[in-house]
Amino acid sequence: MKTATASWTRKHLLGLQELSAEEITMILDQAAEFQEMAARGEPKIDALSGTVVANLFFEPSTRTKMSFSLAAKRLSADTLDFTAAASSLSKGETFVDTARNIEAMGVDQVVVRHATSGAPLLLSKKLKASVINAGDGMHEHPTQALLDLFTIRQHRGSIAGLTVTLVGDILHSRVARSNIWALKKLGARVIVCGPSTLIPPHIEALGVEVSNSLDEVLSETDCINLLRIQFERQRSAFFPSIREYAHFFGMNGDRIRKAKKDVLILAPGPINRGVELTPDVADGNHSVILDQVTNGLLVRMAVLYLIHQRRQLSADEHPERSHQGTITGATT
Amino acid sequence: MTTTLIRGGRIVDPSQGIDRVGNLLIRDSRVASIDSNTTVADHLIDATGLIVCPGLIDIQVALREPGNAEDETTATGTAAALAGGFTSIACLPDTSPAIDNRAAAEFVFLLADRARNCNVFPLGAVTKGNNGEELAEIGQLVEGGAVAFSDGKGPIVNAEIMWRALEYTRMFGCAVFNTPCVPELAKTGVMHEGYYSTLLGLPAIPAAAESIMVSRDIALAARTNGRLHLSCISTTVSIELIRRARSKGVQVTCNVTPHHLALTDAALQSYESNYKVDPPLRSQEHVNSMIEGLKDGTITIISSDHQPWAEEKKDREIDLVPSGIVGLETLLSLLIETLITPGHLTWPQLIEKLTTGPAQVLGIQKGTLQIGADADVTLINPNVEWTIDVSEFRSKSRNTPFDGRRVKGRAEKVLISGELRYDLGQSQVGPAPRASQVSRTSPK
Repeated sequence: MKTATASWTRKHLLGLQELSAEEITMILDQAAEFQEMAARGEPKIDALSGTVVANLFFEPSTRTKMSFSLAAKRLSADTLDFTAAASSLSKGETFVDTARNIEAMGVDQVVVRHATSGAPLLLSKKLKASVINAGDGMHEHPTQALLDLFTIRQHRGSIAGLTVTLVGDILHSRVARSNIWALKKLGARVIVCGPSTLIPPHIEALGVEVSNSLDEVLSETDCINLLRIQFERQRSAFFPSIREYAHFFGMNGDRIRKAKKDVLILAPGPINRGVELTPDVADGNHSVILDQVTNGLLVRMAVLYLIHQRRQLSADEHPERSHQGTITGATT
Repeated sequence: MTTTLIRGGRIVDPSQGIDRVGNLLIRDSRVASIDSNTTVADHLIDATGLIVCPGLIDIQVALREPGNAEDETTATGTAAALAGGFTSIACLPDTSPAIDNRAAAEFVFLLADRARNCNVFPLGAVTKGNNGEELAEIGQLVEGGAVAFSDGKGPIVNAEIMWRALEYTRMFGCAVFNTPCVPELAKTGVMHEGYYSTLLGLPAIPAAAESIMVSRDIALAARTNGRLHLSCISTTVSIELIRRARSKGVQVTCNVTPHHLALTDAALQSYESNYKVDPPLRSQEHVNSMIEGLKDGTITIISSDHQPWAEEKKDREIDLVPSGIVGLETLLSLLIETLITPGHLTWPQLIEKLTTGPAQVLGIQKGTLQIGADADVTLINPNVEWTIDVSEFRSKSRNTPFDGRRVKGRAEKVLISGELRYDLGQSQVGPAPRASQVSRTSPK
């Protein structure tokens, strides 16, 4: 293995806002290394052998949870999977208490998905384990943005200088926020495009351009990321109908023909076929949606791996502290 | 006959336009003189270097009793009030059960008498159970001692109920309090809508949610000639609307809280639940409008909006925690920091908003050192530096974002009807002494 890990210093991955371009690149490079290893027929390594990764999903998720779970297994960690539905939350236990109880089983890294923005930050202040944000409310979804960037880089070589348009529900989207941070840091031009009701105020202050017309920005866009319309978050009418949304913001064959010849179509999923994009686009040759899923595994392996390396390093530097920590952890 | 002489303090009494060094003589429970030449009294208090003013009044405090003693009780809440320099507080009716009938109002006085800390005046519920549907028995609440009406922290949503309440309370000369917020705009928001809500991805409440209801209530106050008090105002447009209404003679008052002056929505970047307050912390532009409103007299009252919550209720995900923070024990220091030190208000102007302003909206004979008035007196040390430490709070709850903040100035002694009820120099670190011990403490 390369020694890029020497400069990874973070205990947690809570968001991409606080990461530098170098740190983001470090994760992408590590993921690329796992990609090469997999191509050589070595999909599994024993780097995290003997450690425990807990997937705490307080909000429904299929692919992110499976992806994190498999990523941990590929690194030979033991995994614990938790879903809110099958939990003691329904018995009145608080989210922090649930997490502490699971941590007490000897967990090293906690992957957390939660409907409340800031919940992973709260957890990081209460646990000794490392916390990885697998999506919090409308705030950030760092590994999703990392896999989006990895996929773009895979197809285009680099991020800098590209124009990336995020389409759809920007207001409620944690994917949008993480993408904006990472893309801007790596030198992309970012356009957010959607109905005015789903563009939050002051978004320009994050360094993006705003458009309400997908047709107008198509010709200047290198990558289109079609954010999911989050029916479950929309308590009231942000747009008149699905049909009208698809009419203005849905990606279809006509729009593909107006777009750049080599435009990339990304979608974080799960996709609503016929809403954000038509099946011919989803399955067409501009679509890299399934690459995204494959790459998701690689970036999540990279994140777990880098954080594990950092934990090893700090345990070596402060063995007595980590010992005391264990004792305290057991008695509180 | 018992006499107490408070010597050599800077006597600041906005009700009489007084700001000068003097000797305040209290005979029995009343003010006898502020220019006393006597040197002999049963109790002598040296007030050199201190501000001596009418006891401070807070118009909106949640005491949580009956129903939620895990957050606060009348005994702990009034002890906190004393430590903050308050001699009188008005308590919110959103208890469980609500203070929506005469017996419930009288129960507030019973609890306050038992606690023997500061004076407590109940705010009666505007509607039965604070549910916003039917008027409570407002006249009988007045007979039971309610001084004004409120439905607690929740807004009075139904415009007709607000209209009738303003009209009906006019018979009793009482004000109706409302915390303006259009619920269909605020929804489940946890913070102010602006740059930071976009950055943080937190559900947001637009400023218009407040200003729209301010506008509605002013129109209803003008229509009814009732007395309207808008609680905890926080937006630029709200202040502009209230300023204009007051200039046209509408009977409308409003207050701000210290935390809406000391903090902005930028504080939410920590996602700490103690920054979730109602109304939400606004941007600097709105804070500046509040300061302008205080300076030009549009805002006549400052209230802590003391909202105690037990730790288990606040130590959760931010969208699940209730809004509000404790404020009685930090109000004075925060106002010195935000208003006196930068030169926005003079001491007499600040004390006016903590004495005569509150007394006027509650319609109580307090907030003055006129001869013959109840000798409710607060002695403030304006310069002492200290660090806010929640472990020393007398309040039962510790939900404040100001723990550990280095501040200046605090109440040093508090007298209620001439009796020394709080003395910083003799207060112990840790739990508050029992009320009876405090009340028996004699000045040296």
